[in-house]
This record gives sequence, structure tokens and C-alpha cells, in this order.
Amino acid sequence: MLKDTSQSFLAAKADSMAVRAACRSSQHFDAALWRSVCNDMYWQGVLVPEVHEGLGLGWVEMAIILEAAGERLLTSPLFAVTQSTALLNVCLQSAVRDRCLEDIARGQIVSLALTNAVGSWQASGVSVSDSGDGLTLSGEARFVPFGFAASTLLVVASNEDQSTSIWAVQSDAVGVRIEHTPTLDQTRPMSAVRLEAVAVGEAQRLSSDAGQLIEQVVALSRILTVADQVGVAQASLDISVEYTKERSQFNRSIASFQAIKHKAADMMVKVESARSLLYFAACIADAWFAHEATDAALQEAAYMASACASDAAFFNAGSGIQMHGGVGITEEYDIQLYFKRARSTESYLGRPPEMREAIACQLLDGGETWS
Amino acid sequence: MELTFTAADELFRQEIAQWLDENLRDEFAEVRHRGGPGDEHRFVGERKAWERRLAEGRWTCIGWPEAWGGRGASIEQQVIYHEEYARAGGPGRMGHIGDTLTGPTLLAFGSEDQKARYLPDIRSGQAFWSQGYSEPGAGSDLAAIRTRAEFDDGSHQWKITGQKVWTSLAHESDFVFVLARVDRDSVGHRGLGFFLVALDQPGVTIRPINQLTGTAEFNEVYFDEAVCAVDDIVGAPGDGWKVAMGLLGFERGVSTLGQQMLFQTELDEIIRLAKLNGASRDPEIRQRIAEAHIGLRTMRYNSMRTLSGGEDGSLSREAMIYKLYWSSWHRNLGKLAMDVLGPDAELLEEGPYELTKLQSLFLFTRADTIYGGTNQIQRNLIAERALGMPKEPRGSGAH
Repeated sequence: MLKDTSQSFLAAKADSMAVRAACRSSQHFDAALWRSVCNDMYWQGVLVPEVHEGLGLGWVEMAIILEAAGERLLTSPLFAVTQSTALLNVCLQSAVRDRCLEDIARGQIVSLALTNAVGSWQASGVSVSDSGDGLTLSGEARFVPFGFAASTLLVVASNEDQSTSIWAVQSDAVGVRIEHTPTLDQTRPMSAVRLEAVAVGEAQRLSSDAGQLIEQVVALSRILTVADQVGVAQASLDISVEYTKERSQFNRSIASFQAIKHKAADMMVKVESARSLLYFAACIADAWFAHEATDAALQEAAYMASACASDAAFFNAGSGIQMHGGVGITEEYDIQLYFKRARSTESYLGRPPEMREAIACQLLDGGETWS
Repeated sequence: MELTFTAADELFRQEIAQWLDENLRDEFAEVRHRGGPGDEHRFVGERKAWERRLAEGRWTCIGWPEAWGGRGASIEQQVIYHEEYARAGGPGRMGHIGDTLTGPTLLAFGSEDQKARYLPDIRSGQAFWSQGYSEPGAGSDLAAIRTRAEFDDGSHQWKITGQKVWTSLAHESDFVFVLARVDRDSVGHRGLGFFLVALDQPGVTIRPINQLTGTAEFNEVYFDEAVCAVDDIVGAPGDGWKVAMGLLGFERGVSTLGQQMLFQTELDEIIRLAKLNGASRDPEIRQRIAEAHIGLRTMRYNSMRTLSGGEDGSLSREAMIYKLYWSSWHRNLGKLAMDVLGPDAELLEEGPYELTKLQSLFLFTRADTIYGGTNQIQRNLIAERALGMPKEPRGSGAH
């Protein structure tokens, strides 16, 4: 039901032409489509609690929508605001947190400045210092999803004692500079955020000791990314099979050749496996927010789903180009767009070998056991 | 996505778990964890006795209707049964074919007389069955079978002549069901009959096939005017293909979760060894162990999606990938076991050719990707049925 409405909305509003136009536009996305997503579908509010004007739905619903978004290469800040919502939902209640959630519900773009110059979240590129006149933030965050379009940035920073804090910073505050960084995958635009002695007050602080919280948010962000990847993997399979049915060589549809069919079957195995792990992980995320699953269970679910879905998306998009033959490498056909999105999502917050190594640590090095 | 078990299901779980705990001991202690794939030839007598013990507890044929001695168990209860059976280390079921193939086939397509003659002995663990589908010239192309069945007006019996192959445990079984050609001039899946044939008769010769494991679980079965009664054909002459294939549509994968528990035991053993011998420090081995772990969990959630799906018995997309998925996973696990063992992988348990459990796993899992529809056939099925891709044009020499 939700799947059907999501798919038909996007089919009407985010077809290949629309995606390409968004990528070419000076804004790097389609602002009118985003307004429609917010006003007509209310997807930005799916994970926002009802008391903050959201829908207060769960992670399974969110996964269904993001899967549909991946299928259509949606070029909109949906992932960015959903990631921010995930973080805000994990933060303790505060006035600033509530205001940010309400901003998101109203369609404001709130982006998470989580990763440093090399894309790692383990050491922030932004630091907090106390100049005597008050606290300031300085440094750089990169790979910030839709930062250039954000009204508010959620900035992860290192405190002087090496602990981590999170701050809500208006994008037009003095000392904030945000640049769009052109990307290989134009459907997921990113920004570099530079902060030069940006004054912040206690009222902007979302968390003062966020080390563990960041790990939780990274796991949740992986699950959101997996949903997109499952959509990419499914669409890559679907459009490639469709193409091979239409393409004729040796007087027959090339879809009747086993060499093609077996590749397609392998692609279906990949995407169905990734989908099973996605919906498992989404269930775990819901359970985790309800205090019915441990941190370790959440991490494991995210590692597994991410490893599997990253592989699935890249395998399917890459195989899809091969199935398209020569036209697969043209600008005109969409499979190249999926290929690029598969690659950009694959390296976001850790590649599959890192996910597997994290699991190996648990299995082989006597780490905490999973239930 | 999780299967939901009712309170009644949980009582059922307690009941089977307790029964297994009380019965899978003493004279049956030695068959625990035995007789699985690659080990099916072991403890045959003990495992037949175990079938009769199961039957006393009404733990055979639980999916059958109560009228025929089953429990009419729900999908959920059957899943629980397989899980608890695997958890308890229940031995490979000698009655497996009768319970899950012959029985359901007769229940769906058999006459009342056939049900009355054959079902009780299957249920009670008295009669053991084997299957006669494949032939030397009919493997993946099953419809190419050439075994013939002719009705002999004089003796008023069917006479069967031909050869079946890959008939597991035929030498330990009492009956075999045989797919044979009733119309001499027919080709393909037309003109076939489905016959119920006793193995202990002069017209039947059974020869074991020695496998790469040094063991022989499979057989060739030769029929030279072997006989069965006029009413030992299931369905009408010509309906054989429909009867043989009929079951596939009902397969909901109730045994998959139990199977996965056995896989978990194997993976746990490999992890234990890797920690013990230091292979756990090898970065490549670490990746593969993690991959195996993820794969096993993937199978579990695939099964959950399948089992919690529609009640119409139709195969969902995730069900269609299951055979290809588990067989490839298991084959890779066998190789992983060898690589974790390192040089020790070469050393036999004892001469002349007694394999360790992991060596047997390594060798026997090469069969997993072949029997029950090769990985190539599975990919064809997925492409054609799930993705709607056209069939390969048939060669001119084919039916």
C-alpha cells in the first residue's frame, strides 16, 4: 500500500527526465519536487514524532519509502533530513532538539555535518574552543548531504577533553561557509562545511558527550542507506531485464540467452537477500528505539545489511551496464546513473569489507555476543 | 517479518522438545547428529528403529491430516518441529521420503485404496521409500525419461523396464515410486505414469554408486520387467508428470529453518577451529567467516519472509532463490572449512579413506549445487518464472 503510493508518486514526479534536470540545475535538486514531497506525501515527517508535527511512523515505513526513492534515483534532501531526524530522535529532549524536529516536519532542510575531510566520523574535523567570550566552533566537515541547501546544520565537534558534542548551527550564522562539492554521483549532492570561530551557545547544544550516540546514528544511517541501495539494486535489475527483452540479436531476444538469464538470476538473488536484511534491520531499529534491542544488535543488523546491500547495488548496476551492451555506457540510458549511485552509497560510512571485519571481530575476537 | 507463534505453538514446542529430550537417549544416544547428508549410509538399522519410536509418539508425518495418523500441523508447527528436531540433534530421517513425498503425493492424487494400503506403514515407520525420478539420460532434463511401463493383460499387472539413478538409500528401502513412460511413442512430459513399486522382487537390481567421499548413499536401480499391481499407478496413465510435479507448488520451506540450525552448527565448529589454530587472524579468512555468518542470517530472514507470506501456496520471489542460495552458501562453507584447517585439511581421520566431518562436508557439498535442480537450472527457473524472461529455444534433437 505505502509501497504502491510511493512508487506511483515518484513515477509521476521523478522520472528520468526530472532526475536529469535536477542534476543539471544550479540548485542541484528540484525544489518544487521537494515541496511536493513535503506537502503532498509528508515523507520528511515520517520519523518525526507526532508531538513535533510529524507522523511518528516506524523504520519499516521509512525503509519502504527510501527504497522507492532509490528505485527512482530521487534527487532530493529526503535522506539528509531523515538522517538528521534519526539523530534528533536519539538525542535527549531539549528545546533545540524539538525545534529542529519541527523545522524538519515543516519542510526545512536540516543536514548532518558528521564526517571529516577523509569521510570518517571517528574524529571530527570541527573542534569546540572556549575563547573566554564564549564557545566557538572551528574546522571542517565534508561529505555533508545537501549541506548547501540546509537552513540548519547539525555539527559534530570535538570538545577540548576529546569527547564529542553536537550543535545546531544556522547555516547563515557568521563564520559558516558551505560549498557544494561536485560529485561523481550527481543524484546525491554533497557539501563541504567550513566553520571559522562560529559562536555557539548552550541553547544550541544537542548533546555534550555524544561518542556512543554517534555510533548509534552511524548504524541508523547505514540502514537508511541500505534502503536506497535495495531500490538501486532492484531498479538496475528491472531496467536491464526489460532492455534485454526488447533487444534482439541472432534473430532472438537476448533475454532468451542463458548467459543473460543467469546473470539476471544472480542479480535477483542479490537484491532479495539485501531486502531481507534491510527489513530485518528496520525491525531491529524499531525495536531499538523501543528499548527492546541492544546497541550490539542494532550494530550487527546494520553491518550485515550494509555489507549485503552495498554489494548487491554495485553488482546489479555493474551487471546491468554489461547487459545493456554498448548503450550501457551512454549518457542517454539510466543504468549509468544507478551505477554511480551504487558506488557513492557503497563508500558512504564504510565499505563492505569494513562491515565484515566488524562482524569478524565479534565472532572471532571474543567481543560482546549478539542475542 | 518475524514469524509469530501463538501460545498453543509454544506449548507444541515444549511438547516436542521434551519428547525428544526423553527419547533421544539411551539406545538412541549414538544416532544423535548422525545420518545427515554425506552420512546417510550410517546407523541405518538404528535410525529405522528411531522412526518407530517417533511413530509411537506420533512424531512422524505431522503435516498429514489426523484421519491418516498425522497431526494436521500448521506451517508454524511444522517449522517448530524441524527447529526442535535439529536443535536436539535428531538423526537424518529414514522416513523422510515417505513422510514428505510419497505421503503428500498420495494424499493429493492417490485413490482411497492406495492411501489405505500405503499410508499407515509410512506413518508407523514400518515401510521406507525411495524416489525414482532421474535416469542416466534424464537429469536436468527430467522429462527425457525412458523407463517404460507396460500393462500386461495376461498377469493383469504393470511391467516396468528401465534404469533409475541417484536413488538414495534404495538398498535400505522397501518401495520406490517410479516415473515411467506408459505410452511408448510419447515424448517429454506427456505419456508418463507414476508407479508405486516394491523393491524386493526379482525384476529389481540395486547397485550402489561409490562417491568421491568413499561412501555410497546413492544407487542405480535397474528394472527388468519389475511388476506392480494394476492399481499401483497414481492418477491416470498419462498423468505422471502432473503427479510428480504437483508437490512442488505446496513446498513452503517448513524444513528450511531446521536445516539452517545444522548449518549453524557447522559454522560454529569452523569458528571454533579458527580461533584454536590461529586462522582467525588471517584477514581473508575473517572476511569469509563474516560473509558466511551474514549469509546464514540472510537465509533465515528469507525464510521468515517466505513463511510469513501468502497462504495460497504460491512460491514467492524469495522462496525461488532459496535452493540456489543455500547450496552455494553450503558449498562455500565446505571450502572455508578446508582453508581454516590449512595443512591439516589433508589428514584423514583414519585409513583407508575415513573422512573427518569437515572433509565430508567439503566433498559432499559439491553435490548440493547439483541435486534437486542444479544451480544452472535454478537460475533458469528464476529468470523465467520470477523475471519473465523467455525460454531458451529447444534444440532440434529434443522432444
